[in-house]
Amino acid sequence: MNRRHLLAGTAALAAAPAVLRSAAAQARTEVTFWHGLANPLGLEVERVCTKFNESQTQYKVNPVFKGGYVETLTSAVAAWRAGQAPHIVQMFEVGTGSMLAAGPAVKQVWQLFEETGVAVDPEQYLPGVRGYYSTADGKLASMPFNSSTTVVWYNKDAFRKAGLNADEFPKTWPELVEAARKLKAANATPTPVSTAWPTWAHFEQFSAIHDLSFSTLSNGFEGLGTELKINSPPHVRNLTRLLDMAKEGTFRYGGRDNAGEVLFPSGEAAVMFTSSGFRARVSREAKFDWGVAMLPNDPEVRAEPINSVIGGASLWVMTAPTRTPPEYKAVAEFFKFISQPENDAEWHQRTGYVPITFGGFELSKKQGFYEKNPGADIPILQLTRGTMTPNSRGFRLGRFVEIRNIIQEEMEKSLQGNQNAQQALDSAVQRGNRVLREFERTNRT
Amino acid sequence: MQRRTLFEGRLLPYLLVAPQLLVTAIFFLWPAGQAVKASFLRQDAFGIRTQFVWFENFTALFEDELYRQSAWNTVIFAVCVTALAMGIALLFAVFADRDIRARGAYRTLMIWPYAIAPAVAAVLWIFLFHPQIGLFGRMLNNAGVHWDYKLNGTQAMMVVIAASAWKQVSYNFIFFLAGLQSIPRAVIEAAQIDGAGAWRRFRTITFPLLSPTTFFLIIVNVVYACFDTFGVIHALTQGGPGKATETLIYKVYVDGVVNLDLGSSSAQSVILMAVVMILTMIQFRFVERRVHY
Repeated sequence: MNRRHLLAGTAALAAAPAVLRSAAAQARTEVTFWHGLANPLGLEVERVCTKFNESQTQYKVNPVFKGGYVETLTSAVAAWRAGQAPHIVQMFEVGTGSMLAAGPAVKQVWQLFEETGVAVDPEQYLPGVRGYYSTADGKLASMPFNSSTTVVWYNKDAFRKAGLNADEFPKTWPELVEAARKLKAANATPTPVSTAWPTWAHFEQFSAIHDLSFSTLSNGFEGLGTELKINSPPHVRNLTRLLDMAKEGTFRYGGRDNAGEVLFPSGEAAVMFTSSGFRARVSREAKFDWGVAMLPNDPEVRAEPINSVIGGASLWVMTAPTRTPPEYKAVAEFFKFISQPENDAEWHQRTGYVPITFGGFELSKKQGFYEKNPGADIPILQLTRGTMTPNSRGFRLGRFVEIRNIIQEEMEKSLQGNQNAQQALDSAVQRGNRVLREFERTNRT
Repeated sequence: MQRRTLFEGRLLPYLLVAPQLLVTAIFFLWPAGQAVKASFLRQDAFGIRTQFVWFENFTALFEDELYRQSAWNTVIFAVCVTALAMGIALLFAVFADRDIRARGAYRTLMIWPYAIAPAVAAVLWIFLFHPQIGLFGRMLNNAGVHWDYKLNGTQAMMVVIAASAWKQVSYNFIFFLAGLQSIPRAVIEAAQIDGAGAWRRFRTITFPLLSPTTFFLIIVNVVYACFDTFGVIHALTQGGPGKATETLIYKVYVDGVVNLDLGSSSAQSVILMAVVMILTMIQFRFVERRVHY
């Protein structure tokens, strides 16, 4: 269909300059964009695409909702095998390792910009965002899109009820344990502390802000031979602390992935570890005074915590046998469009994701967004805190979804009292490494 | 005595069965062949690098403790679901077979759950047993039982068994009821006149005469529990906590669709295919011949 459109366009161009305008409108190059964001975020994705389509007359981006991130990944894999892959696919951050290993199935973004001649400065993206989606030699592999990080959401009313300072969230884990005890003693909420994304919050981010190795070879950035290191003494102590809190009734496990989130807006839990993208839901549903704070650190491991890593998703460019240069050009123009400060700032302010560019952040500041929305800059400040190290750059593990599930399963078993923290993490490391070795064998070229 | 229609020539009979053969070939033989082929390969998700590995996918499974655990889960799950679904259905069928008022209404109502989609059934059970929002979940916690099926493997298994069995009770009920209705009244009445009590009549007359139905239902229920409960498990526990409710069919999904390990997932499908074939053979060979009507 695209080819026919193009031919029609060329014919019209040759025929008469007078009809050039309408012919160009007809000859719009269309590209497909598969995403995994349900409403209301899905509507924001459509808004961005509509805005792009209206901003020019040459290209058209068609967004298609494909279910959650896992379904989107599976559909993209199946579509590529059938030679029908979409032009752009949104992939969650844990799929980055798998996509990088996909070789000819994807066109890395730096290569796309080079081939199409669209000038996009990679330096404009926030380092925390850029680092996660870059290759080991610093080239941008996928396009940053919706990024968030883990923060703490807390119920200020419950804090006041327990006689705690509602304006200052505990900075360290020992302080948080004390605060949780007070919350329980005052019966401020049925559950003092809970969490969503157990692996992301308590293993990945915990490793990053304390500059601990999550896995060898710079968390997998330097090769497929990476091995998990999460059974180190600081990790074990962190899990032991959670297990002890669960035993004394100050911590409640809320389920895998984002299942725990529901406990916060309902007023069940006073403290919730989850994504900064939780803001939209909290402001809509929570009927109490709430605050947002940076992740607590363990002062015995590191007194001055550094940057946390991002989560969320990025956009990958996929190949197909019938793909034409104008289609790639359309994709590149779309990427350039979403990186412009005004578009980035709007996306950030409407969705609660962090801005991906310095321009978007500066513009939001100038517009007074952070004065009107206290705490909305906390995730950005946490992402840019200190100096990034190989441990806080991101994670590049193959079959990371599976590894996250393994860690969650072992955590669940230890919360049931079937094993202690050391046993749980030894077992998680052993099982996770088996998956990593399998991935290494499958993807060795 | 069987009536047989004989067709002239050879072409016509083949032509008549051709549509069915075609459907079987496209929707069963071809995908099954693909699964068998993939079970001998090691492949990355995109199918870019492919290695022929002989039986490595299978040996890896049999050496994997988690696979054995998943098989064991399936055995427990299938036995409990079958026993529970058939026991309750038989009880209801015996009661509904009596001469009672509004018998038709009871029978119709009993069949309803069968029309409910597995995912919807699971949501209903979540509303009942969720530790924080579920009706019984909250009651149990208030009564001092530490109920949290999201963290307790045994409780999670109980919930998925209950939800799966509940869905299958209707189906079993229909068959048991039909079976009961085909038992000649005269036999039961004769026993009654001879002074046999209700339990004795059930044990010595009704139950043996129901045996063809019972055997048929055992096979159907085992197959249901093993292969048709994906929706319930997916919506209720997603195989967790830990791997407490991961059955073989759920593991095929997790390894294939979520983890994109197609070789291992295909090998597991091939094993399951063999299990279904054995069950079907048992049904045809043993059940259909040995049980007399």
